[in-house]
Amino acid sequence: MLELLQYSFFQNAILAAIFTGVTCGIAGTYIVSKRIVFISGGITHTSFGGIGIGYFLGINPLIGAAVFSLLSALGIEYMSKKSEIREDSAIAIMWSFGMAIGIIFIYLTPGYAPNLMSYLFGSILTVSQTEIILIAVLSFIISMFFIIFYKPILYITFDPEFAKTRNLPVDTFNYLLISIIALTIVLSIKVSGIILIISLLTLPQTTAGIFVKNFKSILLISVIIAVTGTIGGLFFAYAMDIPSGAAIIFLLVLLYLAGRGIKLLKL
Amino acid sequence: MEHATQILIALNKITAAYNGKVVLENVNLTVRSNDFIGIIGPNGGGKTTLVKVILGLLKPLRGKVHYKGDPDPGKISIGYLPQIHKIDYKFPITVWDTVLSGLISDKRLVGNFPKENQNKAANLMAELGIGTLSNKPVGELSGGQLQRVFLCRAIISNPDILILDEPNTYVDNKFEGELYETLRKLNDRMAILIVSHDVGMISAYVKTIACVNRELHYHESNIISQEQLLAYNCPIQLITHGDVPHTVLHKHEH
Ligand SMILES: Nc1ncnc2c1ncn2[C@@H]1O[C@H](COP(=O)(O)OP(=O)(O)OP(=O)(O)O)[C@@H](O)[C@H]1O
Ligand SMILES: [Mg+2]
Repeated sequence: MLELLQYSFFQNAILAAIFTGVTCGIAGTYIVSKRIVFISGGITHTSFGGIGIGYFLGINPLIGAAVFSLLSALGIEYMSKKSEIREDSAIAIMWSFGMAIGIIFIYLTPGYAPNLMSYLFGSILTVSQTEIILIAVLSFIISMFFIIFYKPILYITFDPEFAKTRNLPVDTFNYLLISIIALTIVLSIKVSGIILIISLLTLPQTTAGIFVKNFKSILLISVIIAVTGTIGGLFFAYAMDIPSGAAIIFLLVLLYLAGRGIKLLKL
Repeated sequence: MEHATQILIALNKITAAYNGKVVLENVNLTVRSNDFIGIIGPNGGGKTTLVKVILGLLKPLRGKVHYKGDPDPGKISIGYLPQIHKIDYKFPITVWDTVLSGLISDKRLVGNFPKENQNKAANLMAELGIGTLSNKPVGELSGGQLQRVFLCRAIISNPDILILDEPNTYVDNKFEGELYETLRKLNDRMAILIVSHDVGMISAYVKTIACVNRELHYHESNIISQEQLLAYNCPIQLITHGDVPHTVLHKHEH
């Protein structure tokens, strides 16, 4: 299998796996700690509407997905400050409406929708050079953001009201962070597929949470687990000729079970 | 050392509402630098809402809040201990990080806390009996330990005023007594506003009482009777510890 590494398509896939693992490890720690898994699921599925419109207009579907996921993320953040709306129902509506728009436009697009399955289930080998550069930039931005602003991110996420009494720019941080989440989701679509992204954003953190209980450790261990999962998943998907999203999640679940097992044996 | 007292916070005809539903109406309150005010009232009476207005977390529908005469809450430093059920204590954060978060400010967003801050945190935690818990995640603490952690976080910045929202829930009698003694000492250098259900207990320590039930009635002493509570439209039961029924007297424990 090592000769695979000489092919540039495979080198690209490895880079995509590493950068996606890093971004999802970090973004997922924020998502799990802040308990916004459902919100992230909503953003993910809403972005399918953008993919459909992208197909219809004949542009890169990820551009459509980026617009949809950013708008839905900012909309949810704005809405969460107006308590009169039942947030979870509103997200569920957005979730299915996004999917509906996506399906409608894909059916309206004349001819055949190429690569549709890769957006749904992931196809790490088809990630383009441009997309890899974008994922690399995003993983650099998210890493720097979390390293530099580690303290305010931690304190604002833990207790936003207390953070406000210390005059921290809570709203600004929340908008920035949810935007980063939205971009992470869009750029992970090709690797893990819309259906499975949410697992890539929660499984590594849940596994890390078995062993450690503080934010910094969960961040680090999640990144390691996520990268292990994406790289392992890449080889697994290639060897079996199955969608990469499914392969990655399968491995991450195995890692989770192994983690539970280790914990059980130790106690 | 007696300073001239100074008006820290002034609430002027505050009306506050959630989604148009008024929960505080026409509330006036002045907090001076040496005050120790107990805020009492029934569940849902608006105590936490009052605290949020004071902290600048909730914009009042009508009325003005001034901090040392200025509408900017940043003019004074406020230490805040929130009502405990508002906190997600499954959150992956250690006791140490939680206490230090009381020192963060918009002026120092990045970088590590200087050594003197870390020493201060360690000393304060030792003083409040949580010195050995530094590395524990807050999710593994008892309710009383958690309250001490939040007290540390609230006072570590040496605020002008300390606001506590029901710090006595989940706390045993021993800690409750210690807590009030601690507060009494702190009151030498900061104003204190404490929300509580246990009128009997706090009245031995506070200097004045504010009854909040949609309206606010300020009571210039720490002795209050059941009749006065009724007159203030504040239907809570006094738990009398002494031999005088229906009245809570200032009792000193020494
Ligand atoms: N975020 C909110 N949205 C809508 N209504 C709210 C909100 N918070 C409080 N309320 C309502 O405002 C009223 C006052 O609530 P508040 O929390 O201030 O009462 P409280 O005196 O602190 O009660 P408790 O003793 O139970 O803590 C209640 O009727 C409550 O239902
Ligand atoms: Mg309350």
